[in-house]
Amino acid sequence: MISNVLKTPLLFFGFIIMIIGIVLSVTYGYANTNLHTTWEAFFHFNNSNEHLIILEHRLPRALIATFVGASLAIAGALLQTMTRNPLASPGILGINAGAGLFVVLAMSILQITNLLSFTFISFLGAAVSALCILAISSIGHGGMTPLNLTLAGTALGAMFYSITQGILVINEAQLDEVLFWLAGSVQGRDLHMLWIVLPFLLVGWLVTAFMVKQLNLLSLGEDVAKGLGLNIIRTKFIIVLIVVLLAGGSVAIAGPIGFIGLIIPHIARKMIGTEHQWFIPLSAILGAILLLFADIGARYIIMPQEVPVGVMTAFIGTPIFVFIARKGFKKG
Amino acid sequence: MKKLLSLQSKYFSQLLDLGALKKLSILILIVAFTFTLSLSIGDSFISPLKVISILVGNGPAFDTLVVQEFRMPRIIVALFAGMGLAVAGAILQGIIRNPLASPDVIGISTGAGATVVAFLAIFSDANSSLTVSVEWLPVAAFIGALITALLVYSLSWTDGVTATRLVMIGVGISAFMQAVSTVLMLIGPIYQASKANVWITGSVNSATWQQAKIVIPVITCLFIITLLVTRHLNLQQFGDDVATSLGQGVQKMRFALLLLCTALVGCAVSFAGTIGFVGLMAPHIARRLVGSSFGSLIPVAACIGGILVVLADTICRSLFGSVEVPAGVFTAAIGAPYFIYLLIKMQKR
Repeated sequence: MISNVLKTPLLFFGFIIMIIGIVLSVTYGYANTNLHTTWEAFFHFNNSNEHLIILEHRLPRALIATFVGASLAIAGALLQTMTRNPLASPGILGINAGAGLFVVLAMSILQITNLLSFTFISFLGAAVSALCILAISSIGHGGMTPLNLTLAGTALGAMFYSITQGILVINEAQLDEVLFWLAGSVQGRDLHMLWIVLPFLLVGWLVTAFMVKQLNLLSLGEDVAKGLGLNIIRTKFIIVLIVVLLAGGSVAIAGPIGFIGLIIPHIARKMIGTEHQWFIPLSAILGAILLLFADIGARYIIMPQEVPVGVMTAFIGTPIFVFIARKGFKKG
Repeated sequence: MKKLLSLQSKYFSQLLDLGALKKLSILILIVAFTFTLSLSIGDSFISPLKVISILVGNGPAFDTLVVQEFRMPRIIVALFAGMGLAVAGAILQGIIRNPLASPDVIGISTGAGATVVAFLAIFSDANSSLTVSVEWLPVAAFIGALITALLVYSLSWTDGVTATRLVMIGVGISAFMQAVSTVLMLIGPIYQASKANVWITGSVNSATWQQAKIVIPVITCLFIITLLVTRHLNLQQFGDDVATSLGQGVQKMRFALLLLCTALVGCAVSFAGTIGFVGLMAPHIARRLVGSSFGSLIPVAACIGGILVVLADTICRSLFGSVEVPAGVFTAAIGAPYFIYLLIKMQKR
């Protein structure tokens, strides 16, 4: 943790790195381009292949990675504050898997291909699984222990996952297309897709900004927060709503990408402390950075093919997760 | 007071609970009944009586073909895989001393899954047939299960292993292994991806006699070994201190038991895929029936596991018409709610 004076520069520094990440993501990939080409593509567009690739293919991808990464990190941070559980995240608690299941259901059984309805179905799936988890986690005084909440989320996620697999087995034709989406990917989406989901993400971010005071209270523990006059039920309800908007929206564009919502809040908290006015923005920036760089890495690992970025975040995230779990449970 | 029968020799000692023995024999009857029923249900219904006469050796030629060549191998594989998973789950719950541990939750199944996908990816030729004998598949699955188990176990080790840490790290490693499987499926050919996908969800769809002939002896041997070491398992349940003072090398025995569990999971998973939640449900139901002494728990859990998977497979191949849903979907659909119910019950206490 750092002193208050340095917090704004730290956020600014993170923001710069994020911008660098976006520039790199636009510039480097299978088609051989450099910073100069990127500059030309933006300011002296000449319809060449390279310029088209940069504007039509890489730019959407970079922007989507930025917004999705930030949203997932915020969703994870909110969940961790709400459940007071260091291992809560949209991935671990099965919210991503629920949204994934609903989207696959819609694709294969209802034959839906319209993007807007996709988004709403994804929200619906996220909402259903978030409510399940909320109901389960509120049993007993003070909520579930981290272990039991994790187990419940894993079980729920496993159920959604295997039903999804079952549907895919029945519709083998769709498998290849859906498999890539299911593993989480920001590739091959056009900007149009982002414009549909963006309003929902922005609403989520905006409401989060207004909730900072309540979040700070809530992190003191439910009893204290109640004593200080916080309406716990309303606050939790709003938080779940935000999480559904952010996680559902992200899954609709990029598929269920794991680990960002889990590890980023921990790193952010370590760097800047637990006050939400600092902690949430830093989480958002770090989430965007992680997803941007994971996506860049995903292009290079098995070139010319691409690895889904969700797989990359799993590879990067697992060691950090293991580290957190080891540290967090040393005492008991 | 329970009626107990004592069996003792120089190397072996076992108390037999007569009440549990009675329940076990009823369960074995149910297994036989489920087995016959499952043989008779399918695209063409063959009455159970006819099935029995076929099994004895005199039935119409066509029905004999259907029962013995098409249905029998998959049902046998389902039965033994279910037994294996259930016993593995019971062992794991004993050593972790947490009733919620199961091979799926701590990632052993996923690890075995990833190696089998790798095996299929590496040893498939252009015609999507295997270039090495299928008998190596359980070996691959076992190695995968073993590596994952060792990884999870050693990563959760700081002055011994606690249940919480083991589960948490298991969940993380499990996600990692899933990512490995996804990559392997994506870089492999499409045909193989769909095959691997069916397999990962857990299905005995493509079982053959060749597989059945491997699965029967291996699971039976492991099952017998497990029965011989039940008293060590019982000791483990009392906790490290008591077990040590009663003369057990606790960490060594825990490791040996983990190996046994891994072998069971590896074998079951290599032929039936990662059928989820059986290793969790079966020991729980068994504990309700006969209590938590492993001598009676293990065989009862094995029966229940077998029944669960055979039933799941029968329902999944007959209920949905021409499409076959993998059995793992069904076990997950009933297993996950049951698991959450258990959690809630534990939390309330």
